[in-house]
Amino acid sequence: MARERLVIVGNGMAPGRMLEHLFELAPERYDVTIFNAEPRVNYDRIMLSPVLSGEKAFKDIVIHDDAWYEDNGVTLHRGAKVEKIDRDAKTVTSANGITAEYDRLVIATGSAPFIIPVPGHQLDGVLAYRDLDDVEKMHGYAATGGSAVVIGGGLLGLEAAAGLHMKGMKVTVIHLMPTLMERQLDTAAGYLLQKELQGRGIDIRCGANTKQILGDDKVTGIELEDGTVIDADVVVMAVGIRPNTGLAREAGLEVNRGIVCDAQLRTSDPAISSVGECVEVDGRVYGLVAPLYTMAKILAADLAGAPIDNYVHSETPTKLKVTGVNLYSVGDFAEGEDREEVVMRDAARGTYKRVIIKDDRVIGAVLYGDVADGGWYNELLRKGEDVRDIRETLIFGQAFQNAGNSDPLAAVANLADDAEICGCNGICKGAITGAIKDKGLSTLDEVRAHTKASASCGSCTGLVESLMALTLGDDFDASAPKSMCGCTHLGHGEVRRLIKANGLKSIPAVMQELEWTTSGGCAKCRPALNYYLLSDWPGEYVDDNQSRFINERVHANIQKDGTYSVIPRMWGGMTNSDELRAIADVVDKFQIPTVHVTGGQRIDLLGVKKEDLPGVWADLNKAGMVSGHAYGKSLRTVKTCVGTNWCRMGTQDSTGLGVALEKFLWGSWTPHKVKLAVSGCPRNCAEATCKDIGVVCVDSGYELHYAGAAGLHIQGTKKLTTLETEEEVMEVTAAMMQMYREQGYYLERIYKWADRVGHDTIREQILDNKETRRAYYERFVFSQRFAQTDPWSERVSGKDKHEFKPMADLSSPHAPSQMEPAE
Amino acid sequence: MNAATPFTRLADAEWVRVGTIDDIPRQGARCVKTDGPTIAVFRTEDDRIFAMQDNCPHRQGPLSQGIVHGNCVTCPLHNWVLSLETGLAQGADEGSVPTYAVRLEGRTIHLNLQNSPAA
Ligand SMILES: Cc1cc2nc3c(=O)[nH]c(=O)nc-3n(C[C@H](O)[C@H](O)[C@H](O)COP(=O)(O)OP(=O)(O)OC[C@H]3O[C@@H](n4cnc5c(N)ncnc54)[C@H](O)[C@@H]3O)c2cc1C
Ligand code: SF4
Ligand code: FES
Repeated sequence: MARERLVIVGNGMAPGRMLEHLFELAPERYDVTIFNAEPRVNYDRIMLSPVLSGEKAFKDIVIHDDAWYEDNGVTLHRGAKVEKIDRDAKTVTSANGITAEYDRLVIATGSAPFIIPVPGHQLDGVLAYRDLDDVEKMHGYAATGGSAVVIGGGLLGLEAAAGLHMKGMKVTVIHLMPTLMERQLDTAAGYLLQKELQGRGIDIRCGANTKQILGDDKVTGIELEDGTVIDADVVVMAVGIRPNTGLAREAGLEVNRGIVCDAQLRTSDPAISSVGECVEVDGRVYGLVAPLYTMAKILAADLAGAPIDNYVHSETPTKLKVTGVNLYSVGDFAEGEDREEVVMRDAARGTYKRVIIKDDRVIGAVLYGDVADGGWYNELLRKGEDVRDIRETLIFGQAFQNAGNSDPLAAVANLADDAEICGCNGICKGAITGAIKDKGLSTLDEVRAHTKASASCGSCTGLVESLMALTLGDDFDASAPKSMCGCTHLGHGEVRRLIKANGLKSIPAVMQELEWTTSGGCAKCRPALNYYLLSDWPGEYVDDNQSRFINERVHANIQKDGTYSVIPRMWGGMTNSDELRAIADVVDKFQIPTVHVTGGQRIDLLGVKKEDLPGVWADLNKAGMVSGHAYGKSLRTVKTCVGTNWCRMGTQDSTGLGVALEKFLWGSWTPHKVKLAVSGCPRNCAEATCKDIGVVCVDSGYELHYAGAAGLHIQGTKKLTTLETEEEVMEVTAAMMQMYREQGYYLERIYKWADRVGHDTIREQILDNKETRRAYYERFVFSQRFAQTDPWSERVSGKDKHEFKPMADLSSPHAPSQMEPAE
Repeated sequence: MNAATPFTRLADAEWVRVGTIDDIPRQGARCVKTDGPTIAVFRTEDDRIFAMQDNCPHRQGPLSQGIVHGNCVTCPLHNWVLSLETGLAQGADEGSVPTYAVRLEGRTIHLNLQNSPAA
């Protein structure tokens, strides 16, 4: 049977979702052609704000990649704006001359930002905020620093302002109304929001009207009605949107505010349907995705010839996607004779809750600061439930209703199966738990992929995770991307990304900006944060000793009886009589009970008393020995064999290369310990193929291996490549170290990191792409400038001396002190 | 501050000066040796001082070597978390360490060795 031809004008989120449903219902029915004025695939427009602020990259927000169009046989004309619909011939034609015939046509032109026609609005530097091009232009201005004015203090304007601010611009928001986001927030919440944003350094002027934009051909500033002049290099207008109806109007379709559609989304021409922000249905137009996704479902069913529902209006909750700001608003919150309201404020925590009730039913809610109960109020609203009986305690939230049970999981457990969890995608609890059980899903990404829940704006992620925890029980923890620790809901990856994106340069700054729930973190997150900051801001961040484990704090390994072990470095496993003699003397002098040869080719002195450590180090230093970092999440050893120096099988100078590598890499802090080895031939006496990074010398050069492990977990390495020169080995090894340092999660070994990011990615970035390799290498070299100081000699000369001496000795009667002061 | 400074024993023999707050790093600890068990003296982020025996109730780990966070310290050996205020193990672990009363006079720290309020 010949396929019918479906043509879609516009490639936004609404038709994208519609096609997903359509391909599920009737994959073979249509040949699909899409015209898109934007020169790109379908992406998550909602998430432009994190792209603007630098928290995400464009590739993170692509919804349908090239492969998707290919797999589904969809023809996508990019950068092709449709200019004409010929309803008699049933064709559309684009500005660049492509004509397509249709059996069914879908208009999905979305809406366009409204530009206030004040004098100066055409100047270079006046931008809207709607698509990726706008974001890229804003990045261009932000790159030069300078200042920005955002006109409009609604959702979009504030997200733009926060993003530009995070990019380092000085930002002023001009808002006509007396409080921010007045369409979603009441004055109290608007005030809290204003205070929060001002506290971050964004200047906010409410009740201000723009008179003109100043500048000759480029923007230089704006002038307000009251005569105030504000300098600006860029002006972003975010004052509202208008449905794109021009094309439909010219084709003679019925158009009012939007393209008028019936409840099945057909326009006045039954061969033409419409979906998205350009639609007017039942007198309403929309500006949030949730109702558009409902439309998408209905239209897909209609196109597939499946049974369909009528479109009915429902309220969509609003959230602001500014990192660190929590607000939630839904429904109607105007004051009125026939309404009551319940309000709870907590000035200390900066939270505000208001629920509006009419005829014993919730009709609206505004939450600021603590938004955990937003979903519950929305559910009460949607169902029109009678709340007379819980009126008194309504404001305390859902947990309170369950007899003071404050376990957040219990609150989620108590939600009805049809309670909406993901507002953007209209996914209810039952659909999520059902999918988890039926499809055996165990990670957040899988749940997102299968149900779409939390895949759009992401603000319901916590709820979805709670549902997973409930449904999977103990299995959940094992596989899901976990939060770093009990002090935050963020995982390691998010924290690392946000440290860079927000330019956070101290532990208190991270805890403040990323909303740690404890005042001083814990023993899990503090060492991780200390490492991330050290690795991300070399030379700037000052190591916080108190956030390190004792071993790294005192540069020795604590043993089970509270004594320490000391391991000096032996470069490439080489030593000599002077070193051995010095070690023997130290053992005698400090009566060190145990001497042991380690698996990393060096000598371990065990049972050293803490107060003796500086003395031991001083003597070892004198013989030229330095710390072996055997206690650190850092470079440990480079094990070698004797290679061509002595062995008759040797193919290269494995010892020399090992020593060179160790001298180059030592001192660098890493997410977990890093061990290397260099073997002189494939007989592999140095056991290089179970190391984090291993080199096996061959006649033609050096095989580079990585991602091995031989501890709790045993795993052979993967071979990356064969290199010809020692210089290349050094460069690729350092690049790999640096990539791991920048991306690894704290306590994640190289093999785990490699599995997570993918071996192809690693190969591409440090082998195939010479530029990224060089850049990693150079960043490594730079950070080594601050890392290669011997911690022992620093301490011998007095650093941290409090660590090694008791504060006071009250023992009587002056028993011979075991703690001769070091100096 | 030199560790060998002779320490004044107060007349009532209960409060002993052990040093000053500046001897201990924020979010850190120092030890005080006695005839009996070694005592760990902790300084929190917000400059409160606590003292307790330097032995973890789990396997005697030296708590003074742990990481101090909030009102707690995490033992360096197996990560038990103990409250500095009560000496009680937190979370699922059970056990407690004896604590000692501390008095700050200006920046000087006094310990009461007799007084070991049962935790
Ligand atoms: C920065 C930002 C943040 C947002 N945040 C949220 C949020 O948190 N929550 C929420 O629910 N919603 C949010 N929205 C709104 C949401 O993104 C939109 O409701 C949604 O993207 C609209 O989808 P659509 O498919 O109707 O239109 P669009 O996504 O606008 O797609 C229309 C497409 O059609 C193309 N087009 C137009 N005319 C033609 C033509 N003649 N020929 C060919 N192509 C044409 C356009 O170039 C465009 O690519 C946000 C929007 C922005 C800009
Ligand atoms: S790995 Fe090869 S070169 Fe090195 S010692 Fe063993 S046999 Fe000799
Ligand atoms: S000794 Fe403290 S946790 Fe084991």
